[in-house]
Amino acid sequence: MQALWFWLVSVMLAIYVVLDGFDFGAGVLHLFVARTDTERREVMGAIGPFWGANEVWLLAAGGSMVLAFPRVLASGFSGFYMAMFLVLWTLILRGISMEFRSHVADPMWRGFFDAVFGFASLLLPILLGAALGNVLRGVPLDEHGTFDLPLFTDFTAHSPVGILDWFTVLAGVFALVVITAHGALFLAWKTQGIVHERCVRWVPRLWLAATILWILATWATDVVNPALFSALAERPLAWTFGAVSIGGVATVWSGVRRARYGLAFVGSCAFLAGFLATTAACVFPVMLRSIDVPARSLTAVNAASSDMSLSAGVGWWLCGFPIAVAYFVFLFRHHRGKVAAAHDGEGY
Amino acid sequence: MHDAIDVHRLQFAFTLVFHYIFPQLTMGLALVIVLLKAFALRTNDARYDDAARFWIRIFGINFAVGVVTGIPMEFQFGTNWARFTSYAGGVIGQTLAMEGMFAFFLESSFLVLLVFGERRLSRKGHFAAAIALWAGSWLSGYFITATNAFMQHPQGFVVDAQGRLQLADFWAFVLNPWALVQYAHTMIGAVVTGAFVVAALGAYWTLRGVHADTARINLKLGTVIGCIASVLVAFPTGDMQGKLVARHQPIALAAMEGRFESGTHAPITFIGQPNVAERKLDNPIEVPSILSFVAYGSFSSDVKGLNEFPEDQWPTNVELLYYAFHIMAGLGTIFIVIMLGAVFLLWRGALARSRWMLWILMLAFPFPFIANTVGWVTAELGRQPWIVYGMMHTTDGSSANVHGGSATFTLIGFAGLYFLLGVLYLFLVGREVAHGPSSAPVAH
Repeated sequence: MQALWFWLVSVMLAIYVVLDGFDFGAGVLHLFVARTDTERREVMGAIGPFWGANEVWLLAAGGSMVLAFPRVLASGFSGFYMAMFLVLWTLILRGISMEFRSHVADPMWRGFFDAVFGFASLLLPILLGAALGNVLRGVPLDEHGTFDLPLFTDFTAHSPVGILDWFTVLAGVFALVVITAHGALFLAWKTQGIVHERCVRWVPRLWLAATILWILATWATDVVNPALFSALAERPLAWTFGAVSIGGVATVWSGVRRARYGLAFVGSCAFLAGFLATTAACVFPVMLRSIDVPARSLTAVNAASSDMSLSAGVGWWLCGFPIAVAYFVFLFRHHRGKVAAAHDGEGY
Repeated sequence: MHDAIDVHRLQFAFTLVFHYIFPQLTMGLALVIVLLKAFALRTNDARYDDAARFWIRIFGINFAVGVVTGIPMEFQFGTNWARFTSYAGGVIGQTLAMEGMFAFFLESSFLVLLVFGERRLSRKGHFAAAIALWAGSWLSGYFITATNAFMQHPQGFVVDAQGRLQLADFWAFVLNPWALVQYAHTMIGAVVTGAFVVAALGAYWTLRGVHADTARINLKLGTVIGCIASVLVAFPTGDMQGKLVARHQPIALAAMEGRFESGTHAPITFIGQPNVAERKLDNPIEVPSILSFVAYGSFSSDVKGLNEFPEDQWPTNVELLYYAFHIMAGLGTIFIVIMLGAVFLLWRGALARSRWMLWILMLAFPFPFIANTVGWVTAELGRQPWIVYGMMHTTDGSSANVHGGSATFTLIGFAGLYFLLGVLYLFLVGREVAHGPSSAPVAH
């Protein structure tokens, strides 16, 4: 039951990254690939119908963490207190700029919110990537399973660590590049005309950088957390997911070469999901690694709620998950095809 | 402030009070929009569509602010209330996660169709989108009320070997009687807000002599819904809520009424200032025996006063609790009077000509927001000093590893950010009100 919830939460987080990832990426790029208001509205129209529902996966995953692994969520959120609020405020600014920009047909108003949207979209993948970096590197958990991290110390990834060091910054940069590359494919798939052409020009550069950083980040992870990959031989699941992410990258490149951006975007989704699933399979059952005293790590076993709580959750989760998937199938079908910039008052 | 707990509490209270301005209007307007779209479908009268279109635009702005101010509420369970989350997560995590799975996905998937989809969808399709938003927002309300109800009156749980709360009976937890009553009371409170806002705008436009068709629809719908909801929020739902408090939180009841001495034939107090230091109510204006009757169904029932209980079990802020409750109850009574009067004039066909009543309706719309807010203040202060009633003290629920300096920093950050949000919201809604309703979208 505990392992099941570990995977349910991992699946929800992976879906979150894949889905909200493309609208983050589009947000980073839109200042560059869309210059006029009509072009920007085309980008906004491409992600507008999705971004809210995409973000719900974060809330649903967070709620599920409270249910299944309350100590992990409590320790992580309170330990990264300042960083969490940076994430929160950036999410707020991003949501507001998305929703408010097209309400007023004034170039200064729209320019301001476009800049806020671009900046927030840029900052969030860095923050979330650095958060994943912290989880992989480990945090100084005390005997109560809590911690309190400074923002930075000496950037060495050795105790005493801070939220930012060379490894977590690298993880943040990797997240930013890969998410932007992911968003570029989504836009290349959904847009047409000049916006499409500009995205197409960005795609190979971004994916080259993403591929290099991916290899670099994998090597760096082995440096800061050698135990992670040493157990790899006995974990066929990790191999399988690793193969999925490699297949994903291959699909991206083949799709890009043949100018089939829908296919390439599917490859990109597979890469992200495979990458996150591989990570989950490698760390299992550890959810929050203790950097100094390994026994203090919070795991899917020692931090889980009781079987009764967990099985009740599985009951409604099995009803809710297909419904959520059905909404997304409906959303993507209803908004299929290339987007066009909306008229004032009729879209983003 | 030297104690981090005070900052944690202040930050949660501030972000929650600000947040709840928006969902109460969302939930109220969702019902209004469904009704308008239903009338439009039934009568084929485009004026209902015009009225609905205006409220959908307001709904869109309001919903956006509601969403972005709601996310911090979820985060703060982990950031500021880590010990509470560790302790009760196995139980309250159920409803928090269900809110995402069953309510937020529904709302966020259909919001864009409701706000921007009128031209693209069939009329029935657009009506269905309105239903989806109504169902989603009201479901969301249930899950969050059920979470709060567990904190007020824990049901369906066991304490595990580590001393944490775990689920024992899913349905006892989800269908907690406290949740059912509190939900009915809260939702109808939200409808009161929506109805007063709709009526106020109808009154404003009528007084100015503009947008006559939409103004008439707004006035009619706002006052009729407002009248029904204002009555229902007091009786039976408010009354039932009061009886639950009397039965399960008698200390809270005593503090809400500023009652220090126990006794039969307990009076109900309209006005008076609780003097906690001297343990008495100054300058009381009261009606004898009514509290006994309201709380326990008989004029001679014994109602306990605060003196009956040790002081460390008292709610931590008796004065604010007393005023919050009295403002809520007082405003609720005034709402009934206003709306009964307005509906009487409507029935006589005189409402649009009764400028004094239109002025009252126009100026009244902020007060349901206040009443809903102080209603929640009553619930939350009445629960103190507990975070889970009878199980965990609020002082034991905060994050021990977050000091007051960090919490003060984020509190100040929220103050600044929410000021900006509030200004933007008022600006955008003000523009919509000045612009008024627009007729059918042009086909391209």
